[in-house]
Amino acid sequence: MKGPEVVLLRRLLVLPAAAAVLAASACAPADNTDTKAAPSGAAVNCAKDRLPLKTAGKLTVATDTPAFEPWFKNDDPSNGEGFESAVAYAVAEELGFTKDEVVWEKVGFEQSYAPGAKTFDFDVNQISITPERQKAVTFSDGYYTVAQGVVGLADGKFAGATAKEQLKDAKIGVQVGTTSLDAVQGQIKPATQPSVFNNQIDAVNALKNGQVDLIAVDLPTAFYVTAAQIEGSKIVGQLAPAGAKEEFGMLLEKDNSLVGCLNQALGELKSGGRLQQITDQWLSSAAGAPVLK
Amino acid sequence: MKSRLEVSRAEASRVKSERQLAREARRRRKAVVSGAVAGVSTAVVLGLLAVGLPSSPGWPRVRETFLSWPHFTAAFPDVLSGFWGNVKIFLIAEPIILALGLAVALVRTVKTPAFFPLRALAVAYTDVFRGIPTILLIFLVGFGVPALNLQGAPGDPMVLGAIALVLSYGAYVAEVFRSGIDSIHPSQRAAARSLGLSQAQSLRYVVLPQAVRRVVPPLLNDFASLQKDTALVSVLGVIEALRQAQIHSTKTFNYTPYLATALLFVLLTVPMARFTDWLAARAEGRRAPGGR
Repeated sequence: MKGPEVVLLRRLLVLPAAAAVLAASACAPADNTDTKAAPSGAAVNCAKDRLPLKTAGKLTVATDTPAFEPWFKNDDPSNGEGFESAVAYAVAEELGFTKDEVVWEKVGFEQSYAPGAKTFDFDVNQISITPERQKAVTFSDGYYTVAQGVVGLADGKFAGATAKEQLKDAKIGVQVGTTSLDAVQGQIKPATQPSVFNNQIDAVNALKNGQVDLIAVDLPTAFYVTAAQIEGSKIVGQLAPAGAKEEFGMLLEKDNSLVGCLNQALGELKSGGRLQQITDQWLSSAAGAPVLK
Repeated sequence: MKSRLEVSRAEASRVKSERQLAREARRRRKAVVSGAVAGVSTAVVLGLLAVGLPSSPGWPRVRETFLSWPHFTAAFPDVLSGFWGNVKIFLIAEPIILALGLAVALVRTVKTPAFFPLRALAVAYTDVFRGIPTILLIFLVGFGVPALNLQGAPGDPMVLGAIALVLSYGAYVAEVFRSGIDSIHPSQRAAARSLGLSQAQSLRYVVLPQAVRRVVPPLLNDFASLQKDTALVSVLGVIEALRQAQIHSTKTFNYTPYLATALLFVLLTVPMARFTDWLAARAEGRRAPGGR
């Protein structure tokens, strides 16, 4: 995705503005390119009772079902375990909500960006922020920088590959709606069309059955697949981001002004080292995969 | 006997009675009035839609997310190339389905006791495969067969998907054929037998030709349904029209690519609907007095 230029530009534009409102508040909606969404320059009051919530007093958070590890644990977002569940609760805490005041809602990925009013305050579902998507919804700042991983069977034909060119003849499976497909088509450019499955489980099964040689998933998922889902599988390597770094963001209804306070909370979590701590706890192994040249 | 020429002359010289003229005038007036009413009400309905839809509060958003021309043109080439996959599946599956359906229907008409196991198998086949939701069958065949790890079993998801569709639709089509065969009056068979045709011959030359003609419209109806169900094969990872649209849609969070897919499917089914109409009209014409 064309991230860094855009992000940089945004940051530059925001700098003078941020300086101006520094005294008043630090939470200018920095991430929002759409000026409409900004609550007209006024300082955002992030007191809990002033938040524009769907249900007063409750923070309604959505995610897809089933919720996969390592993002969630035991398909139960409300247990606070797994990376995204932990992030959501940390944000909630930052905004002043107790654990009981966080309500989880099951919302499919394609449902999450349907036009019109949404029933949730925000959705955490490993959704990559892209400029195209930002035309339809509002994203928070990124909470995780993701890389794409390629998984194959350890005794498979492509297990020893070290360069992207060596994967050209592979039959590759991906999950629909993921940026993994873009990465495969843009970087590996396989000779046969990739197989695009409804969900991650189908892709994993296709690899197990030998219907595909490799699957491309985000790196934390790749580690989970090799560790828990397919015995005798290995991470062949990771794909370096093509141009921009790819970030997961929380998805909000278009122009929802809650984004300002979410970003403020995320900012606190980042500067306080809490986000890094959560990342280390749940996605610790995601760093060590060799980059495919 | 009068010649045709004389008849037409007699008609030309016929003088209409006053009453007939008044009747015709009344009919003309009525036609004009009903035409005007239909025209006005159509204009009102279309006008209300044209005014009402865009003035609804969410219209700009709906137009942007479902009817966006740039998104349409961006996705259309990919969707079209995916659609070729749907057409391929359909064209290959359809003849096989016809053969399978007819075979199963024929097996069910055999009354010889020795063939009971075969007949029971045919009944079980239609019962089971008509009962299983098509998408489930596609999953079972598409993921189950490769998991068996059999030598020589097909591995191409498109082929596996087509096999699942054949199994599912074969059962439906078998029932359509059977209803056609059952609808032919027993007297036809009796007449054929009395003329010295064997059981098989009377089925082949008397019953089947009539039965098949009778079930052509429901068969084509099933095939319109099959054309659309080819999109279900996408669950096996095949990138056909619907999946291609989904890929574009998830990339941009815009639903217009689905509209492109819908348009292509409609373009495929409409000619078939007209063909069905034409067949029905032809059959009607043949049955009518003086028909060819």
